[in-house]
Amino acid sequence: MWGRKVDNRLLEVKNLSVDFHTSYGTVHAVRDVSWHLDRGETLAILGESGSGKSVSASAILNLIDMPPGEITSGEILFEGRDVLKMFPEERRQLNGCRIAMIFQDPLSHLNPVYSIGFQIAETMTAHGRNKGETRAKTIELLKRVGLPDAETKIDAYPHQFSGGQRQRIMIAMALALKPDILIADEPTTALDVTVQAQILALLEELQQETGMGLLLITHDLGVVAEVADRVVVMKSGEIVETGTASEVYHNPHHPYTKKLIAAIPGEGEMAEPLNIETKPVLEISKLTKHYGALVALDNVSLKVLPGESVAIVGESGSGKSTLAKTILRLEEATSGTALFNGQDLISMDAKDLFKVRRDIQMVFQDPTQSLNPRMSIYDVISEAFVIHPDILDRQHWKARVCELLEQVGLKSEHMNRHPHQFSGGQRQRIAIARALALEPKLIVCDEAVSALDVSIQAQVLALLTKLQSDLGLSYLFIAHDLPLVRDFAHRVIVMQGGKIVEQGPVGQIFDAPREDYTRNLIAASLSPDPVIQAQRRATRKELQGATS
Amino acid sequence: MENTQNGQPSVHDGPETHNPYMQTLRMLWNDKWAFISVTFLLIVLACAVIGPFFLDDLATKQNLRGRNAPPFDFSTSWSFWLGGDALGRPLLARIIVAAQNTIFVAAGAVFFSMIIGTSLGLIAGYTSKTLSQVIMRLADVIMAFPSLLLAVIVLFMLDSSVFNLVIVLAITRIPVYLRTARAETLEVRERMFVQAAKVMGASTPRIIFRHILPVVFPTLITIATLDFAFVMLAESALSFLGIGIQPPEITWGLMVAQGRPYLTTAWWLSFWPGLAIILTTMSLNLVSNWMRSALDPAQRWRLENVGKKSG
Repeated sequence: MWGRKVDNRLLEVKNLSVDFHTSYGTVHAVRDVSWHLDRGETLAILGESGSGKSVSASAILNLIDMPPGEITSGEILFEGRDVLKMFPEERRQLNGCRIAMIFQDPLSHLNPVYSIGFQIAETMTAHGRNKGETRAKTIELLKRVGLPDAETKIDAYPHQFSGGQRQRIMIAMALALKPDILIADEPTTALDVTVQAQILALLEELQQETGMGLLLITHDLGVVAEVADRVVVMKSGEIVETGTASEVYHNPHHPYTKKLIAAIPGEGEMAEPLNIETKPVLEISKLTKHYGALVALDNVSLKVLPGESVAIVGESGSGKSTLAKTILRLEEATSGTALFNGQDLISMDAKDLFKVRRDIQMVFQDPTQSLNPRMSIYDVISEAFVIHPDILDRQHWKARVCELLEQVGLKSEHMNRHPHQFSGGQRQRIAIARALALEPKLIVCDEAVSALDVSIQAQVLALLTKLQSDLGLSYLFIAHDLPLVRDFAHRVIVMQGGKIVEQGPVGQIFDAPREDYTRNLIAASLSPDPVIQAQRRATRKELQGATS
Repeated sequence: MENTQNGQPSVHDGPETHNPYMQTLRMLWNDKWAFISVTFLLIVLACAVIGPFFLDDLATKQNLRGRNAPPFDFSTSWSFWLGGDALGRPLLARIIVAAQNTIFVAAGAVFFSMIIGTSLGLIAGYTSKTLSQVIMRLADVIMAFPSLLLAVIVLFMLDSSVFNLVIVLAITRIPVYLRTARAETLEVRERMFVQAAKVMGASTPRIIFRHILPVVFPTLITIATLDFAFVMLAESALSFLGIGIQPPEITWGLMVAQGRPYLTTAWWLSFWPGLAIILTTMSLNLVSNWMRSALDPAQRWRLENVGKKSG
């Protein structure tokens, strides 16, 4: 695989090292990294957060702030010329024109006050294209990336598009000048699985058409399996493994790669369903929620048994988060009931609700935002005891906080720190400890692990499972990631447009789904195995053929 | 478990000091400008508290031979080192004595307007819509009045005492805090940690004071320090119109106003009290800047790890 002709080589990074000088000393973000990208090839850089996978791409586009950053060694050859030795003016000519980039979050990278047509055209005019012809060219591009009604939508603003459409717009913008290299930094992480599959298919199609080199930065082995020809695995700023996608997956050499592959969800045993006859801890019937004309929840009925994990899956906008908020009375339901141990949560008055709060807790999606940045960990966890003084006497608080921290795998000396001093996975553990402080019976996890790295996801899920068996907790587990759900849940509920499409034991949903929507969801989720992924792609195309 | 900790080295730990006062002092020492400012403010405060007690007689004693005496004449007594005013009273002594009224009026007005404005803003931002409407329209009414006009009316009806001056100035500054506090509250209330607190069953006062106020507070304290200067000047404007502080009571603002006719011949009459105003407000700004970092756990390390270069 290294034997390609040298004249095909678009980009070559040689022995690149980047340091960041912070007030605690120097951080070696990238150490002695070398890789190359050929014409028409897709190279994936795989790594978890903090592995330095984005830094080399930033170095190519001159996006590293210097200082504190410093490129200490190495060269970046674009068509044989070292871009690091070029003048800033020359580099600006390369950026956007020959090398383009798309980002993870298409919302924050589109300017909300300009129409999308203007923003795409700007890329072209900035590189000296004639203003008159840009509009026609923009419409053509929008059509090319599969945006419907390109002629009218060109004057629309970013907020008028969905996440997937925004990412298409970003791609159109990146492709405006027919770049030789497209750098995609986690292009589908913020998107739903079905949309992710579409975007990846689009990228592949465009690549075949233009012959550009695609550099894909990702943490998701599924994405690698779907599109990458070759993969570079990075850990703590160093390359630990390179090879073709299937080589790396089937025959990993480095222990880190092995660990990464082992941590992938969706491979293990599925849980057996619990005895349906048990009295449910939560029973929701005909729950409905309207936002004006929009129906967010439409006659939703479900049960959660004691000690059971019920997963709710669906794409964004399917109403799964609204369901969680309605049960917790963060939003008021329009109609319906939710019986928790026989008491209706929806019609409950404030006094009863306060008592029930102890029994139902929530773990939020983003632990960075769900912990008050100005409170110490002790304050965060012990707040439960302040609010509910009958749980524990004040003199036992400290001991209990220690115990809770140890229960979630942290140390008791962590309690005087503040949330920002922890990593994402640790913060989520703190959030779980806070939920446990109230000794709840039911925990609602709203995308509780989606913001975390794969190996940390596995750890947090293992923790949740252990707590379930120790304390007999029930979980209402809201997620969009099907492989995760497959490993974790007893029962799965599939939602679409505020309605429950299908529900059943996890084995049934994954092995014998009844509804097309469920089948589509499962087909769209990416397997880390390139061979299986190739099969799935075929299935998906078939399904698309059947629906259209 | 250990490997998750490698992800983010816990480098943010400052020197472990168990005594929070010592830690605050060290953070203050690490920001030299803030340290100087705090020292200066403490001196001003000391002047304000004990100055009039010792120097009142000296500051009001007229000495017609020393009218508009120039500064830096070290052959005279120390109180004349900054010169004398139009009636031959020593400027240095007068500035020290005037500190009391100045600081009392400014601090009082800022304090009351901040407390009232912030409370109303938090209530308007977090509780019911109707209450919010009532409070906001009230603020609009205050803002619609020219503040000087309001002050003139109130001070005509009431006595023009120091205390009434504080009230008038406080009322006119309330909307600033109210609007800021409300705007920030509207944003913070949607954050996830507020929802998390709600799920735990936290009461409304607890959410407001424990979760929202600490996030909003740094912005308000910054406005308050800027306002301090504004209030000092507003007070001098009122005094200049003759409805503020009445002689023989003095404030720095009044001294500036009294020195105005002599600007061409005796600049020091206005200059020294003006300098006092400038230095005080500048110190307050520097201290508020320091406080913003010191109060934010995520920024505090900047003050704890000084000495190593950051770039």
